[in-house]
Order: sequence, then C-alpha cells, then structure tokens
Amino acid sequence: MRATVLVRPKPGILDPQGAAVESSLRQLGFPVGDARVGRVVDLEVEATDPTVARSEVERMCEQLLANPLIESYEIELEDGR
Amino acid sequence: MTENAPRVGVVTFPGSNDDRDALQALGRLGAEPAAVWHAAERLPDVAAIVLPGGFSYGDYLRCGAIARFSPAMRAVAEFAADGGPVLGICNGFQILCEAGLLPGALRPNASLAFVCRDVRLRVERTDTLFTALCEPGDTLTIPVKHGEGCWFADDELLEELEAKGQIVLRYEENPNGSVADVAGVVNGEGNVMGLMPHPEHAVDPLLGSTDGALILGGLMAAARERASVAV
Repeated sequence: MRATVLVRPKPGILDPQGAAVESSLRQLGFPVGDARVGRVVDLEVEATDPTVARSEVERMCEQLLANPLIESYEIELEDGR
Repeated sequence: MTENAPRVGVVTFPGSNDDRDALQALGRLGAEPAAVWHAAERLPDVAAIVLPGGFSYGDYLRCGAIARFSPAMRAVAEFAADGGPVLGICNGFQILCEAGLLPGALRPNASLAFVCRDVRLRVERTDTLFTALCEPGDTLTIPVKHGEGCWFADDELLEELEAKGQIVLRYEENPNGSVADVAGVVNGEGNVMGLMPHPEHAVDPLLGSTDGALILGGLMAAARERASVAV
C-alpha cells in the first residue's frame, strides 16, 4: 500500500524557508501570506490493511520521519489500484 | 591510559568533517584521542566522547536524525547513561538532540544564511564538567559555522531548563535566531553537553582564540576523573 507522509513545522515554530518562499511569491505578484515549507515522504508499505498500515507509518513518524518537538505529521494512505 | 592523558573518543559518522580537528585539538591539549567509527557497536576504552561537527548523512531528513540510529550512538547512549562525559559540537549537538540525550531541537538559521565567524559566548554556569575551567562572568570567543543552529525549545521546556540551570552558554549576539540566545545546553545529569560553536577550532592563538581549550579542557578533566575512579 502506498503511504504519503506530510511533515510540517508546528504552528508558532519559526519557518525561515516559508518566509523566504512567501517573500519570493510576493515579489512575483502573488499576494500570499503565512507560507510554510514542510516535507513529503512517499512510501510503499507491506501491510494491506489500512489500520495496520497507518499504525506502522505512525510509528515511523514518531521514531524518525518527524521530530515531535518541532513538527507535526499527517498520513495519507492509498491502496495502489 | 595514563592519568594525565585521558583517552577521549571522537566518533566519525559518514559526513562528519570536524572529526580530525577534534582529534588534533584534543591531542594538542594533552589527551590521547581515539577515533571511533560510527559502525562500532562498542566504544573503545575511553573516558569521554566527542561527537564532532559536520554533515552526518548529508543532513538528510533533519540534521542528526539519521546518525542517531548508528551503532556507535547506541554505545554512546549507554556510556552517557553510565555517567560518561559526552560533548556534542555543532552536528554532534544536533545528533544529541535528535537522540533525546539533550533537550530541544536545531532548526535552520533564522536568516537562512550559513554563518561562519567568531562569536562571543557568555558562560552562564561554571559548575558544569564542561565549563569548570571558566571563571564566572567569562565571555569566550569561539567560532560558529552552521546553517542549522537555531536551537528551539517551547516556552514550557525553556522555563524548565532555565529553572534547572541547563542553559550553559549564550550568544552575546545571536547569530542564528536561537531561543533565549542559547548556544549550549547540558542534560539534567550534567554529563552531556552540546553546543553549536566549535571549541576544537579555537585552541591555537594563530587562529585568533584559545578559548575552546577551556571547554575541551573541562571535558578532559572530567575524563581524567572518570578514568581514575575506574582504576
């Protein structure tokens, strides 16, 4: 099963990358605000049961993919049909 | 191991690049430095450990996030749990934070610029192993060179660390946006310290400062103490 993990800097955490992207977008004429830059991790997991797959990916997030002090994560599952 | 030349291990990860400087600096200060490869499951007979600067595993994912799972880090965690003195410099600091051996996390510099210059550091405590050679009120000149040295702790954690006196070094002029100007912290037990500045680059007057010798000397004194107890 395909899993996508979205990792974001937690609200309130200084995100200089997001600020730089926002300022570049504004220079291009896009009136955007509060841009934040995170990370995407795409994975193929062996589990076919979504509950099992999700709990496995959650463990991955807790142990490695995100640092809970500064980042939040979101898991999306998609069975690869 | 002689009592005067404590054996200090320096762990090299793939992508470490200040390991040799650390070995060299420790040797010049009178230690017997020992190189430790990241794949080593057991540490050699050392009385202190340095995790050097660099870009372990290319800083992939987050700085230090991958190095913390190396076999040598399991051994370092055991060594630290046994009271062994451990000093993490720059990337070594990042690894210790990722490993949960030190509080907080290191984020990209607020300026997004890589900073490489001497900074002045205020010594907040002289009663730690690592700052025992400093005088109260000392300011040290030691260089930084990092892109991700912005130490972060949330309000609650910072308050706790301040109350417990775990903030050991602060920048006089903050080069990276770190919370409360923090440049170096110790763990609750006081035997693990991490700092972004590089003491191993400040041990020779030719390079502008020898203040780094105070920090490394503190580590070496702690190593001597540990070695003499172990005998």
